[in-house]
Order: sequence, then C-alpha cells, then structure tokens
Amino acid sequence: MACPDCDLLQRIPPIPPGDKACCTRCGGVIARKPRGSRDLPLALAITAAIVFVIANTSPLMDLSAVGRSASTTVVGGALEMFREGQQLTGILVAFCAVIAPGGYIAFMLTLLLGARRTPVPLWVGAMLRWVHHFETWSMLEVMMLGILVALIKIAQLATVHAGIGMYAVGALIVLFPAIVVTFDIRELWQRLEWDDVETPAGTIAGNLAADRAI
Amino acid sequence: MTATAATAAQAGLMSCEACQMLSRPAEPGHPAYCRRCGEELEFRHHGSIQKTWALIIAAAICYVPANLLPVMNTSRLGTSEADTILQGVEFLYASGSWPLALVVLIASVMIPIGKLIALGYLLVTVQRGSVTSNHERTRLYRLVEIIGRWSMLDVFVVTFTVAMVQLQPLMSVAPGPGVLFFAAVVVLTMLAAEIFDPRLIWDSAYPHQNGHG
Repeated sequence: MACPDCDLLQRIPPIPPGDKACCTRCGGVIARKPRGSRDLPLALAITAAIVFVIANTSPLMDLSAVGRSASTTVVGGALEMFREGQQLTGILVAFCAVIAPGGYIAFMLTLLLGARRTPVPLWVGAMLRWVHHFETWSMLEVMMLGILVALIKIAQLATVHAGIGMYAVGALIVLFPAIVVTFDIRELWQRLEWDDVETPAGTIAGNLAADRAI
Repeated sequence: MTATAATAAQAGLMSCEACQMLSRPAEPGHPAYCRRCGEELEFRHHGSIQKTWALIIAAAICYVPANLLPVMNTSRLGTSEADTILQGVEFLYASGSWPLALVVLIASVMIPIGKLIALGYLLVTVQRGSVTSNHERTRLYRLVEIIGRWSMLDVFVVTFTVAMVQLQPLMSVAPGPGVLFFAAVVVLTMLAAEIFDPRLIWDSAYPHQNGHG
C-alpha cells in the first residue's frame, strides 16, 4: 500500500494484535491491528447509540437565579442560536454536536451489522467512506469543554447544576475513541467484495500520468 | 517492513484515500473511481495549493472581524454590554479562573493564527520545492489537523451561555456578529487542512525517480 501522508509504496507485514505499522519514511501510522473480538466495536456502537439518545434528550444543566430557573439541551443550544439571529452558527453547532456524531453512530452501527454477513455487501464500503467525514466534524469533546467554560462563566451570576445530559456527553467522549481503536478497518476493507477486473500493469500511459501528477 | 524508493504516483498507481487500495488509472486525464469503495481517485488533490491558499486567505480576512466584533451581548436590568473574545478571556482571568482563561486564549486566539501561519509556511515551502525538514513539516501538518477542531471552543461557549442565560427581564445574553466570523475561521481552516495534500511535501524530495515501481 501507499502511505496516505507521503505516498511511499511499501508492503505491510502481518501485524500482531494491539500493534501498529508505521511508514518507513514519514513515520505516520499506516495500519493497526486491534486487540479483541470483532464484536467489541459493535457492542460499543450499540452502547453509544443508547447514550447518544440520553445525551440529546436530557438537560445538560439547570440554572437558577432569584427564583427563576431554566435548563437546556444540546439541540436547545443550537436552536437558541438560530432564534437569536445566528442561523448559520446555529446550523454549524447542530452539525458538529448532533448530526455528525449521530451520523457516525448510525453509520457505524449499520455497517458493523452489515459486516457480519459473508460476503460483505458493497454498501458497507460506501458507508465506511462516509464515516470518516462524520468523524472529522464531530466535536463532542470540544463541546464538552465549551460547556464547562460556559458553566464557570455563568456560575458567577447564578446557580448551575450539571444535568444527566452532561454525564451522557462525557460517556460518549470515551466511547467514540473506543470504537475507533477496537474497529479493524483494514480487515473489513480486505473482506469487502468488489468486481475484480485486472488492468494491464506497467503501461506507459500510467507512468506518463504519474509524471504529470508530480 | 520492506520499503522501495518509489511512491505510488511514481509507479503510476493511485492510492484510494478512503480504503487505501492501489489502482492503476485506465485512461490518464479522466476521473477515476476506486473499484472497491467508489471514492474518486487522484494522484494528488486537484489544485490543492491554489484551493488551500484561497481558503486560508479567506480565513485570515474573517479572523479580523472575529476578534474585533463582539461575540456576546449581555443585558442585565436594562444595561447591556458587548464582549469580544479577548474581553471574554479577560473576564475569565479577572474572575480568578486563569487556567480556563489560558485554555480559551490558546483555543480561540493562538490556534487559529497558528494554523494560518503553519499552512502558509507549508504552502510556501512546497511551492519553492523545499527538500529539507520533511519530517518536521509532516508532523506540523498532522498537528494542524488534530488541534484545528479545538478552536470551535468559543463558538460552543457562546452557544451554551446564550441558551442558558435567558432570564428575561432580569438578565439575558444574545450572540454577537463576531461569532459567525469566528465560526467561519474555524470551518475555513479545517477545510484548508483537509484540501492540502501532505504528499506534496515529499514529492519535491525525490523528483527524478519516476517510472520505477
């Protein structure tokens, strides 16, 4: 395979479980072999789906000042931004805090279930491609820190209590990397069925195209 | 691990960015798609340098109003005050939570400007065909990719402060116009980091080894 960071061609030797392979030129991690069962990421994804529902339905925090009280959820925060005239920012917050992590869990759950079939259906590959984009834009850990800063700011003015939603978001922050670490993406790609049409290797046309690209 | 001196591009192979499978393009010049996962295949991202420049210049422009315009308007019993990001940091510092003030300062002020400088530096060195410190430049790119998301911090702070503090008529907080520019800076720099192709860093190091797989 070619290193995604520097394009150096290299052969990857069998990796012992729990280990990883690094590029010989740029040192980037190019493959890893997770320890543990194939079902572990599925179990984690199911847990994450349940926790995600809790995180988005229960209040993040309650605030009380002079006999008045208010509470908010993740979606509520985005909605409030939308209502206050910051539509674009509201949409962005909703995307990074709800849609991207939700999409990640939903796609991961579906493709892990699909991956249990043999042969692995083609749509699993298409989903696997999308999962990466959701992962990039899902910012739960950043949101958590943002909420904490907001909490401390508000705490000067009113009494605030962390709600169940807050703990659920905390659990998701741990679950997301756990899914990534236990999921053997390389093995799944290798099991994926695709129409194997051999193309002639080493053609001049291919090399010319390569010259132009560099 | 065995290593050859050639890159995939030099061997006439395109590496799929989604599933890492190597393919040989059927017809040069035509868009190719990965046979396994359907991702569009490219030797290097099309117009990577120009697009990255465009995005970081746009981000640099947005960075100015992001810091000068207020991100929050707090109104308390008739009086109202507007806060910019730096005033928010000052408020945190003054109220005794200096570690948090530092975190917000780093995430909202230092990281965006650092990203712009880092990406600009990478682009200039790639364009000049620099061959030195490739490892350091690759590491710099990975750092930009990893920490970039953290500058969204202040957007979330404002969102949840606004959402929480709605105790009319006692006290309420409304988002200011700075937030939009700030969010734009984050999104633009994240897109720039995604479009920049780190393989370009290494291409100029070994330019004359084409055609040997």
